[in-house]
Amino acid sequence: MAKLTIDGKPVEVPNGMTVLQACQTIGVEIPHFCYHERLSIAGNCRMCLVEVEKMPKPVASCAQPVMDGMVVHTDNDKVKKARKGVMEFLLINHPLDCPICDQGGECDLQDQAMAYGYDRSRYHENKRAVDEKFMGPLVKTVMTRCIHCTRCVRFATEVAGVEEIGALNRGEHMEITTYLERSLTSELSGNVVDLCPVGALTSKPYAFTARSWELRKTESIDAMDALGANVRIDARGNEVMRILPRLADDINEEWLSDKSRYVYDGLKRQRLDTPYVRRDGKLAPASWGEAFAAIAAQAKSLGGDQMAAIAGDLADCESMALLKDLMTSLGCRNLDCRQDGAKLDPAQRAAWLFNSTIAGIDQADALVLIGANPRKEAPVLNARIRKRWLAGKFPVGVIGERADLTYAYDYLGAGPNTLQDLVDGKSRFAETLRKAQRPMLIVGQGALARKDGAAVLAAARRLAEAAGMVKDGWNGFNVLHTAAARVGGMEVGFVPGQSGRDLEGILAGAESGAIKLVYLLGADEIDMKRLGRAFVVYQGHHGDAGANRADVILPGAAYTEKAATYVNTEGRAQRTKLAVFPPGEAREDWTIVRALSEALGHTLPYDTPSAVRTCLTAKSPAFGALDRIVPASWGPFGAEGPMDAAPFKSPVANFYMTDPISRASHVMAQCTAMRRDLAAADAAPTGTGS
Amino acid sequence: MLDDKDRIFTNLYGFQDWRLAGARKRGDWDGTAGFVKQGRAWIVQQVKDSGLRGRGGAGFPAGLKWSFMPPDDKRDGRPHYLVVNADESEPGTCKDRDIMRHDPHKLVEGCLIAGAAMGANTGYIYIRGEFVNEARRLEQAIAEAYDAGLVGKNAAGSGWDFDLYVHRGAGAYICGEETGLLESLEGRKGQPRLKPPFPANAGLYGCPTTVTNVETVAVVPTILRRGAAWFAKIGRERNTGTKLFCISGHVNKPCNVEEAMGIPLKELVEKHAGGVRGGWDNLLAVIPGGSSVPLLPKEICDTQLMDFDSLAAAKSGLGTAAVIVMDKSTDVVKAIARLSKFYMHESCGQCTPCREGTGWMWRVMERLVAGNAEIEEIDMLHDVTKQVEGHTICALGDAAAWPIQGLIRHFRPELERRILARKTSAAPAKAA
Repeated sequence: MAKLTIDGKPVEVPNGMTVLQACQTIGVEIPHFCYHERLSIAGNCRMCLVEVEKMPKPVASCAQPVMDGMVVHTDNDKVKKARKGVMEFLLINHPLDCPICDQGGECDLQDQAMAYGYDRSRYHENKRAVDEKFMGPLVKTVMTRCIHCTRCVRFATEVAGVEEIGALNRGEHMEITTYLERSLTSELSGNVVDLCPVGALTSKPYAFTARSWELRKTESIDAMDALGANVRIDARGNEVMRILPRLADDINEEWLSDKSRYVYDGLKRQRLDTPYVRRDGKLAPASWGEAFAAIAAQAKSLGGDQMAAIAGDLADCESMALLKDLMTSLGCRNLDCRQDGAKLDPAQRAAWLFNSTIAGIDQADALVLIGANPRKEAPVLNARIRKRWLAGKFPVGVIGERADLTYAYDYLGAGPNTLQDLVDGKSRFAETLRKAQRPMLIVGQGALARKDGAAVLAAARRLAEAAGMVKDGWNGFNVLHTAAARVGGMEVGFVPGQSGRDLEGILAGAESGAIKLVYLLGADEIDMKRLGRAFVVYQGHHGDAGANRADVILPGAAYTEKAATYVNTEGRAQRTKLAVFPPGEAREDWTIVRALSEALGHTLPYDTPSAVRTCLTAKSPAFGALDRIVPASWGPFGAEGPMDAAPFKSPVANFYMTDPISRASHVMAQCTAMRRDLAAADAAPTGTGS
Repeated sequence: MLDDKDRIFTNLYGFQDWRLAGARKRGDWDGTAGFVKQGRAWIVQQVKDSGLRGRGGAGFPAGLKWSFMPPDDKRDGRPHYLVVNADESEPGTCKDRDIMRHDPHKLVEGCLIAGAAMGANTGYIYIRGEFVNEARRLEQAIAEAYDAGLVGKNAAGSGWDFDLYVHRGAGAYICGEETGLLESLEGRKGQPRLKPPFPANAGLYGCPTTVTNVETVAVVPTILRRGAAWFAKIGRERNTGTKLFCISGHVNKPCNVEEAMGIPLKELVEKHAGGVRGGWDNLLAVIPGGSSVPLLPKEICDTQLMDFDSLAAAKSGLGTAAVIVMDKSTDVVKAIARLSKFYMHESCGQCTPCREGTGWMWRVMERLVAGNAEIEEIDMLHDVTKQVEGHTICALGDAAAWPIQGLIRHFRPELERRILARKTSAAPAKAA
């Protein structure tokens, strides 16, 4: 600990802290631009200058470590003058175009100029103008506004792990740009918009659509991957204008993937805003009553074993719980929430959770990735792995596809054979794992969503046990999910009941005619052709594959339009909030199931949200502790059996389009095209020859 | 005046053979192994006792700087590096160039001794990219030294392994700043680093490193040979030894010359450079230490002594001891404006005050050349220089500010005269 005096107040802080951090601990605000607590220290903006007694010059408090006996002044005339000077320098070449700048109203430069700057300029020379740069479909640039803080450069280099932003030229001609003005190829590129303290990097899709003070801000949860990133949904009227990350140290820190951030235009396209019933082979708009009547007419003649329900990737826990209860009361045990066919074992909670927790990555000291490509499946989690890797002494082994994960790894092999070798201690990486104190593995859906998935799962469990990944206070067995709904579905038990059919069984039954009614709760990723002649009810919010095949469509709400529970890959239950209302006749999903149950004559006893949540709590301990994690106990899971030699393959081929919302998004389509063009450009001969 | 027998750079003008054979005749490489064998602490103590201050500009005591390198009992396994700053780019300065051109073995021998004193087995000489011939000659000298077993494994039979490499820069002034140099040497954009950590803790590739000037390194072998006491008795207290002065500008015979520290400026110019063009009374001002230090008007020059402390007392600095003489034909405002342009051009752009301030200062200076300004703008300009000075990561901000501060301090009447002259000449036009 170091004792120092800040503005006359004694402070005691741990050694290694900077003066700026020490000031923050006692609520002394130090203006700054380049400093960011999750990036390396650059010390280049010079806004945080303070006076330290016995030091000849003012010091940059962001870079100055505390020392015992320091006497710091943060608000004397000398410091104020220095700040004013720096602010004046920043403003002489910064355009005063705040009225047409998207950063206006939430601009660090604007705020700090008000608080610490002069009220007029002494600069009468010409201002600098800088060419715009192309950074892809997500990041808009107005480089004349750039104050060269290099936060974007450091973010791309350090957090995103792509060295694609840098500075050109010297002095006042210095410009921030991407290499050859190519698009950023990071899945986290949108974060540079948040990091930019001025309006140099702004959101391209959001450009000129709203001003920050017009927006209604709703704190909610993201559903574009299984991370459950904490987000803030900014809406105006009944329209989502943008999505921003919220601070959540245990989950997404303060980052957000590009899909989660920019998918919102997909919420306005292809929406199901009224019920439909198929008449004479064509879907026709109908009333809720007509839709329910059409389902009831089909269901009344069917036994429970002739019906089935499949939950999709975006389904919320409330609607899955109620649909499970409804199907059970109809005598149906053919339920599955694993629409990708992953062989997740319902026997043990530990079998489907990211047990070490995301924050636990920081403590791990060795990692094996099994059939997972976290960069595509959960980019923010991948950044966390990279952060751990950057800290050093973190060997990573990969079984599966070779891919650029932004960190170095030991490529062990492509498929189950390699996994078996590792379990048997025959792999070179086995020794590394054995030596580690807190080893962890991450098994992806690419390893589980295959015919031998249960055997792979069992092999992964044996590896965890053999390598000492499961012990007191540490469980390094982790499943990385790709769908926001999956863990919630497992928690509510949306899986086949006794002798019930699983996904494959349902599809086979529908093909053969044994299953006559299939209820798709937002399930769009299954092979619709295999539903045969079954009567298909689709409840969801987007006109995608499921709605196209459906005989009755029940329009539901997207994750931004309801207060619903999602459980992330760690088993952390979190609740979204209603940011905007569902369009047209669409309704919150649990109310649809509740209303349908009445039409089917099996009225569910849940009339209020709190009644539904009581029902959830009864199904799993996960729902009892909102935002917290209830650890899972360890036990046997998976199934012993032969494993296929086929290599593991990530289920996410195109990061930007994985679900009905992102497939409806124009911005995500642009990103997809950008990646395709870059890949083509890289593949094309350059003409320089070699 | 320095006696010929006390000169260190006896082939400064290249009249003799620069190669190893010639260097040996002049006494280089004599007893080197013995010095190295005396050990790190002994060499550092000798340098401390000699009072040698760094010749790169800041005048930091060299022995003290070398002693910051982790001692042998506190090494943590990281290699130590010696980096020699041969990126001589300060306008007016050409001393290191002549050392490398005509006396390269002094530098090579000095590198071995300095490296041994720092516990470094590797040395890099970062040479200014424009010094093509000097870099070639230096490489030849190093090759000769390798062939003769003077560097490399068991260098000069001292038992110390020492490898020496020449790295050519790409022509940026800022790469002469020690941490900017290290960035450039590592292959990155030449931008100075934040301190702390200082290079002695985390320098090149994060390892303990000392960056030191060519002249500082090159004089050390002679100091060891002739004794610290010999060096310490030349010059004045705290400003000991000999120093290379580069005299340029309006003198009859511009030259490099080795002289004792503390020599009077007038004597230096008149004895070695043939005097000011048109006589001493035709002198307007002198920039005594390379372009970054404030100029001195003739009244001060009359009695000024040339060493670190005397010049600091005169609110200027010895810097690199590049004496730029300006006679009365000089447009002194334009001269300083040209320096402002240089610093604007060479600012790395990393930190705000320097990036934005150098351009601002130059633009105002350009207007002041023509008198196209208001009187108050002189004060504003001075205020701007004060906002740049001391607020930047490296000293380039100070270097950009000082010449202007010197100009305003000593030539404010001239600035005001130009402004008023322009106003009166422009006034009739306005009326009409």
